[in-house]
Amino acid sequence: MTLVLSPTHVRAIEEHAREAYPEECCGFLVGPPGEPKKVDEVRRATNVVESNRARRYVIDPREILATERSTAGSGREILGFYHSHPDHPAAPSDFDLANAAWTGYSYLILSIVDRNPNDLRSWLLDPERKHAKAEILSITP
Amino acid sequence: MGTVKVIIPTPLRQYAENRDSVEVAADDVRGAIGGLVGRFGQLRRHLFNDDGRLRNFVNVYVNDEDIRYLQKEATPLRDGDTISIVPSIAGGGLNAMDLLAARRKDTLSAQEIKRYSRHLILPDVGMGGQLRLKQSSALIIGAGGLGNPLSTYLAAAGVVRIGVVDFDVVDLTNLQRQILFGTADVGRRKLEVLKERLTSLNPGVDVQTYETRLTSENALDILKDYDVVIDGTDNFPTRYLVNDASVLLGKPNVYGSIFRFEGQASVFWAAKGPCYRCLYAEPPPPGLVPSCAEGGVLGVLPGIIGSIQAIETIKVLLGRGDTLVGRLLVFDAMRMKFRELKLRKNPECPICGPNPTIKELIDYDEFCGLRNPAEQVSEEFQITVEDLKQKIDNNGQVVLLDVREPLEWEIVRLDRAVLMPVGQVPGRVNELSTADDIVVYCKSGVRSARITNFLRDLGFRKVKNLVGGIDEWADKIDPAMPRY
Repeated sequence: MTLVLSPTHVRAIEEHAREAYPEECCGFLVGPPGEPKKVDEVRRATNVVESNRARRYVIDPREILATERSTAGSGREILGFYHSHPDHPAAPSDFDLANAAWTGYSYLILSIVDRNPNDLRSWLLDPERKHAKAEILSITP
Repeated sequence: MGTVKVIIPTPLRQYAENRDSVEVAADDVRGAIGGLVGRFGQLRRHLFNDDGRLRNFVNVYVNDEDIRYLQKEATPLRDGDTISIVPSIAGGGLNAMDLLAARRKDTLSAQEIKRYSRHLILPDVGMGGQLRLKQSSALIIGAGGLGNPLSTYLAAAGVVRIGVVDFDVVDLTNLQRQILFGTADVGRRKLEVLKERLTSLNPGVDVQTYETRLTSENALDILKDYDVVIDGTDNFPTRYLVNDASVLLGKPNVYGSIFRFEGQASVFWAAKGPCYRCLYAEPPPPGLVPSCAEGGVLGVLPGIIGSIQAIETIKVLLGRGDTLVGRLLVFDAMRMKFRELKLRKNPECPICGPNPTIKELIDYDEFCGLRNPAEQVSEEFQITVEDLKQKIDNNGQVVLLDVREPLEWEIVRLDRAVLMPVGQVPGRVNELSTADDIVVYCKSGVRSARITNFLRDLGFRKVKNLVGGIDEWADKIDPAMPRY
């Protein structure tokens, strides 16, 4: 599996993470389905978690529903989600794994250290929901 | 019984013949989802867990309402309703178990058990000991040569709260011994880099940084929250300050110092033994003991001494073993020998003795003679590098007196300078003439200030100290000149 992003998308995610730092930011990766998954829009989501915002994010399901509805019929859909790990590696935590939804979504994680984007990786949950495997991330204009 | 539309989320469409929605007939939500998984059996395990309940990340909406706020799965349906299955998207940087366990300091998470397994099977550590480390905290003064290995080992060992006090930025000359820093880090704040490295080594540790000089005003406030204080400083005023503050707060002070090829370590703990003042009641006169910047230090040496301090800290926190309380360990790298000196508590000690005269923190710069006016050179006996350059360019006759050590002289020097190391000046003063214009310089202008004052006292009137030394010359006049 490959996730394709443009440099503009990467910059948008980095900008979002910088603004949210030291809290986590999160958002949607939207684009036409297929392989590779080509993201054509990065859409910000609101982190609605109430406590420990530096280490947690939650996207309101209603915002997910609204995003799904807004893309319905356009040939585009939610390909995955991004979030930032302030001062942590760009790897899924056990908490990410335990809370990940169905296999198939890309989970893009940006590690941001002191407001400096550090590492960007994409992950897919395996069908047994036990591990995340790295997904090929291609950044092309 | 109504016919409702169920919207299938993208990742699940592969299990529903790639449809994005399915129409089912049902009375309530339970019936609708039951009908759905009845038709597409593969969907079941993606929506339900082994107990047959909806998975915790599965949200079900009827039109715009979450069924949790309606009648849950018994929510009745009407013809034309739309059911959406929406995932919860949540996560975060920290391991969930660790987060839980971090709140519960009386237990180790499965990950922590694995991470610290080599400790857990050690007879003197075990689960109990590791938990003690998890509940404890250590404050490191200085993020330099000693602070680097110290903080690394403490973070790796699972001392969960580590404070570090420093205000410096990474300099190229640090990299020879401060091994957490890389070439790309030059110019960055030490604490920023340190925190990054320690957090990546062990995300479970809480690294607290204090970007400030430790002073008599802030020391008690910073030290009071920690179980152990670790002295990784490189100067006498801070060393006495750390000692006095530790004694006043009753904290153990794990001491280490390095110079050239020799290092020292001890544990000063007034409740159980002597303090630093029992060992050295008075600081040496300023300038007598050169700093590492002046005298040099073997890059590996702080690795040894810092590691010894880390071991002692862990032993103090565990309450195990014979610590260096009452002993001064002296390590000579050239002869590769460890020696040990017995230290006794000084009954006259002004801070930890039975009749203390120091009851609060004092002015440590003054105590160490650093405010002594004798060390300052008055305005008319100073010269800036710019003025010196102009003087030389105008063919002004000037004797450049280099009072650094021969090894420094070999690295770099000013043209036509005369080498006369500080220690040789009194014996060779007859080589100088009071009739000449003399400019004294060293690396940074401190040693040369002493010599300027010394010569003045002997009656030299035309002697000047080069402000900022050869460093300043390299900075402002000759950027091609190597710095050390």
